[in-house]
Amino acid sequence: MSNEILVVVEHDRGEVTETSYQAFGLARTLLSAGVGTSITAVVIGAEADALAAGIGSYGAGLSVLVHHAELTDYAPEAWGDVVAQLIASRAPAAVVATGTDRGNEVLAHAAAIADLPFAANVTDVSLADGLGLTRVRWGGSLLEQSRLHAPVYVLSGSAHTFTGEPSGDAAATTEVFEPTLDASAARTRVVDRVTLAAGITLTTAAVVVSGGRGVGSADGFAPLTELADLLGGAVGCSRVVTNNGWRPHSDQVGQTGKRIAPELYIACGISGAIQHWVGMMASKHVLAINTDNEANMVGKAEYAVIGDLHKILPAVSDEIRRRRASA
Amino acid sequence: MVELRILVCVKRVPAPGARITLTADHQGIDAKNLGFTTSPHEECAVEEAIRLVETHGGSATVLTLGAVEADEQLRYAVSVGVNSAVHVTHASLAGGADWDAQATARALADAISSLEATDGAFDLILFGNESADSGGFQVGVRVARQLGRAIVNGIKGIVVENGSVTAQRESTSGFEVYQLALPAVLGVKEGLNLPRYPTLPGRLKSKKVEVPVLTAEPMPGGLATLSFDNAAELVVETTMLGTGPEAAPAIVDLLEELGLV
Repeated sequence: MSNEILVVVEHDRGEVTETSYQAFGLARTLLSAGVGTSITAVVIGAEADALAAGIGSYGAGLSVLVHHAELTDYAPEAWGDVVAQLIASRAPAAVVATGTDRGNEVLAHAAAIADLPFAANVTDVSLADGLGLTRVRWGGSLLEQSRLHAPVYVLSGSAHTFTGEPSGDAAATTEVFEPTLDASAARTRVVDRVTLAAGITLTTAAVVVSGGRGVGSADGFAPLTELADLLGGAVGCSRVVTNNGWRPHSDQVGQTGKRIAPELYIACGISGAIQHWVGMMASKHVLAINTDNEANMVGKAEYAVIGDLHKILPAVSDEIRRRRASA
Repeated sequence: MVELRILVCVKRVPAPGARITLTADHQGIDAKNLGFTTSPHEECAVEEAIRLVETHGGSATVLTLGAVEADEQLRYAVSVGVNSAVHVTHASLAGGADWDAQATARALADAISSLEATDGAFDLILFGNESADSGGFQVGVRVARQLGRAIVNGIKGIVVENGSVTAQRESTSGFEVYQLALPAVLGVKEGLNLPRYPTLPGRLKSKKVEVPVLTAEPMPGGLATLSFDNAAELVVETTMLGTGPEAAPAIVDLLEELGLV
């Protein structure tokens, strides 16, 4: 076993996703726990070569640039094949990614090919008999203590758990790896893209105005949309809202929806069940607006206003317009 | 019209939204007061299989690896329109104990291979993207790899046409589109559709349907669960900004303070 920790850098045609660098936070946590002695970044697809320049600052001494004609766009099976081949050729101590759709998918493929166990959405590690892990179940409402025995530890880090900040300003050296991919590896590949929302989206917005059962209807979302538009933010919702068909499922925040981390999450008429909370608990600040001062969300929020969201939100929008007009 | 043979793999899990109580030794969850259901992503997989059969003809089969009680989830799938059900079980699954992902995937892939050896290949196999409880994010991928078939996860839109499946997956700005030749495997997510409720004739059929039971031997992999803990409850001092629309200026003050206006 070498003492390398491989970090799979998640990117889309060379553009890094916001949570990708959190995988380096997990890698550094592994180093601190005594697993491995160096970090190597795996950058898949020539389009992403430019990323290698900045990767040293996240703690990687080396970037492996993976080049192949079939790797021009995201292809889950091919990416999994690449990581499995790197596991075979480099015998690393561990392979990590952030626990996103793509991160978990690529590591699941790599682990399946290499016949290794894979622990998804890890929040902490410790050296024990094997590797001691804490990982999330139920989307985060339950924590599992587990033990991993494997020649190579394959782990994804629970999103918004490990730091995605640079740790220094060192430069990484680079080397090129050309994998052997047969035609079937590229049979699952992005063949088209449909853009529904340009600009601010639920996952990138600084402010999310989110509604739950208390909104009452599809039309009831009008004041939420109005406020979100005024603030350049996005509208979110809870599971009961999508189950009632009031909003599209792509707006759902929670265990079966999106995980988000805005500056401010405004929870309107949302009771705050744990399955919703796990989707927005990484928010920097939370403001709850609810008629029920006993609601879970009110108790857990940093700020709260008690009352009818249908009266409060229009008043907030009016106040913003008034101050802007007089500024 | 080319008929489709579709398989859906489901897992019995405690109903989402339920408060999970742990056993005193933290080795398991206390199931006494829990309702159980099909994992949410898989409810949508079941619904999609029924819709595809309605459109293309053919048959939908539901498969689970689980304790004796998981029979309830198989029969529920039949009550909403799935044609047949197969139950893979083992004594060690009693009480809802989980096998690890490697053991689960091996047992399911072996069961699928044996079903296909008798009745022919499934054109499409649907999994939930991840189970609501253990959330391993890998069983579908491992099964597809063992069967040598293509798989894409995270799917929220499916169209089958001319021997291939076009599948949509959510991205940050919209959808990514994948195209896979059949036979293929998809991991789907809630939002794919809104699942229907059982009909009375469906319920009657589900009571009578014969569910073959296969046994599998556990072959554990390298990840072992030791114990569970409830996530720490956040304790915060909530600042009350006021009551009713009169609180609007205080809310806008907060927005200004955070630099968000």
